[in-house]
Amino acid sequence: MLGIEDKAVLTAYLLCIASAILCVIYGLVNWNRGEEDIQPDDVKWAAEEKEIEEEL
Amino acid sequence: MLAQAVGITEIIVVLLYLLVVVYLGFLGWKRTRSATDYLIAGREVHPFVMAMSYGATFISTSAIVGFGGVAGMFGMSCLWLTFFNIFVGIFVAFVFLGGPTRRLGHRLDSHTFPELLANRFESKFIQIFAGLVIFLFIPLYAAAVLIGGCAFIASQFGIDYEMALLVFSVIIAAYVIMGGLKGVMYSDALQGSIMFVGMLILLVWSYKMLGGVKEAHVALTEAGKGPSLFGGIGFQGWTSMPRFGWGVAESAKGPNPAAYNLWWIMISTITLGVGIGVLAQPQLAVRFMTVKSKKELNRAVLVGGVFILIMTGVAFTVGPLSNLFFLQKEVVEGTLVDVTGVGKSPAEFSWVIAKKERGINVKPDGTPINPAIGPDEKSLPCVLLHIDTDSNAEADTYLIYKGYGGAAAITPAAEIEGLEKGADPTPLVGQAVKVHPRATAYLRAIVKSVVKEEGEPERVVYECQTSKIIPAYIQGAMPKWFGLIFLVTLLSAAMSTLSSQFHAVGTSIGRDVYEQITGRHNKSIGITRTGIIIGILVAVLFSYYIRSGYIIARATAIFFGLCASAFLPAFIGGLFWKRMTKSGAIASMIVGFLITAFWLLFIKDKEARAIGFCYSLFEKHSLLLDKPNWSVVDPICVALPISIIVAVVVSLMTKPPSEAHLNKCFGK
Repeated sequence: MLGIEDKAVLTAYLLCIASAILCVIYGLVNWNRGEEDIQPDDVKWAAEEKEIEEEL
Repeated sequence: MLAQAVGITEIIVVLLYLLVVVYLGFLGWKRTRSATDYLIAGREVHPFVMAMSYGATFISTSAIVGFGGVAGMFGMSCLWLTFFNIFVGIFVAFVFLGGPTRRLGHRLDSHTFPELLANRFESKFIQIFAGLVIFLFIPLYAAAVLIGGCAFIASQFGIDYEMALLVFSVIIAAYVIMGGLKGVMYSDALQGSIMFVGMLILLVWSYKMLGGVKEAHVALTEAGKGPSLFGGIGFQGWTSMPRFGWGVAESAKGPNPAAYNLWWIMISTITLGVGIGVLAQPQLAVRFMTVKSKKELNRAVLVGGVFILIMTGVAFTVGPLSNLFFLQKEVVEGTLVDVTGVGKSPAEFSWVIAKKERGINVKPDGTPINPAIGPDEKSLPCVLLHIDTDSNAEADTYLIYKGYGGAAAITPAAEIEGLEKGADPTPLVGQAVKVHPRATAYLRAIVKSVVKEEGEPERVVYECQTSKIIPAYIQGAMPKWFGLIFLVTLLSAAMSTLSSQFHAVGTSIGRDVYEQITGRHNKSIGITRTGIIIGILVAVLFSYYIRSGYIIARATAIFFGLCASAFLPAFIGGLFWKRMTKSGAIASMIVGFLITAFWLLFIKDKEARAIGFCYSLFEKHSLLLDKPNWSVVDPICVALPISIIVAVVVSLMTKPPSEAHLNKCFGK
């Protein structure tokens, strides 16, 4: 298949493509899932992170 | 001089690109468009921007030029790493680690990876220890990125590697210092997009040129069936896995203790070392904290998976395919400047270094095995053609015309059009020639350099360098305009990765080490900046002094493997196992680090030789050199399992963390 005789290399070649497809499907299925409300600690964290960035 | 060598078009394109990046950086700075601003404003980063900027940060010239070159040398078994990159580095990392890391980081107000571990386990020591490890070892990884970029620039423009390193370092330093550290997502995303397009063109063009996907693979399989330089360590062709096994194998030349070494290099170092190590990368954890919700991570999985496939998947496919081009299709046109190595005795031959390792050409009594070459070299005797392809009267391409003795079977035999095969090419010196290199990628990637050994005069040597394979392929097989696109691709890959590496270097020494030791909070900015400058300098020095063999892949693997062994059990345990204790985390980190260090200093042949500590103590390059295979097994295979066991056992033996602290970490 695909001109690659060695099964282990062929498996790797196909697994690369398959895992990329898995990522695409997962992304599509969960495109609108996982919404989280911003908590006070998120905002506090971000404000401090920004301060660190600004200093640099 | 640079303008002459490089050409005005190239300079304009690079300047334009830099201007756009600086402009985007400026926009980001002015309109506050970094990920944190989005988070503060409660808005979402576009998933495309998020994933591209993530990808640009994690895929670097190291992956493309360094590992692509390794794939060119050892074949498509490298694709196992791509699978790990996508499945572990994207899918597992984003789906399972991203959300919990983000929540824990925000709850504990942690802004660096060491700080996250330290707050989770209530240990200042952890923060200082992890900060030091990162500060000391990231420059090694940064050097791998720099070498990749410079090797390409040097090859593409026919300038010296040193000159390329100087120019590249100045660009990178300016970028990093002028605000590249802020991780402005739009410039990262632009860089990611350029990389994506560049690699996609490279893949399609290569398959098309070689007659199609299946045809190219079949031809590559056929081409790899002859005797090979790497046959003795288990190479079986570019579309095959190396020979698998453990111990001494019987071969036509007698027992061979190295027969399975390549399999262990490809799987333990290249695939596991780098593929698993990505989970414990300090920059990755911080990246997760800057997203607004799990939704952004979910969306980024889609783009990220495809992005990595097109990055490393393409590099690890095109690398092996380049062999077919160099063996069958390439024609080098230029002036034959010189022919060296025509003669009858070893002293008259030209020697091309195929392997460089300390003491490889020295007998136990200290005398050289082969007096014609240096003590640290294993070389092929040959006739070497020196060709000038850019009409500046200086040779820039070196091709093996024929090999001598036993080496003849595995060395290329270049053909010069109009000259009978094997005839003395010396009369053609000074004339224009068309040469078919008929070389494998590794033996086509010959670089000239000058070496100086203690007490010896300077010597000019010719050496095969893996990092030259992809650059030589782009230069020979791809149209000139693509060289420009690829240059910008590599600049992008290097800039985005290096800026995040130096960011980690700076914060690790400033925030994690200095602030924790002195207790002076928010006073570390001077130290952070100094740390970044030291990091850049050390990386440049590394890149200047070490670049033989497959150093890029090895340096990357050392850093990734070290991160995995030292940090992964504490990181994963910290996220998912409430019973894990401070003592468990500290013990696993120290054990993981020490075993890795011990393995690199005393067991793993390549590294132990290069460092030389083992030899100075025991007069042996590796303690297990006489035991087959052990000296090529990556430290991660030993250190990670042991550090996991230590984490579990010590945690179960010590007092669990308080309920109050766990509530703070994970909520009620």
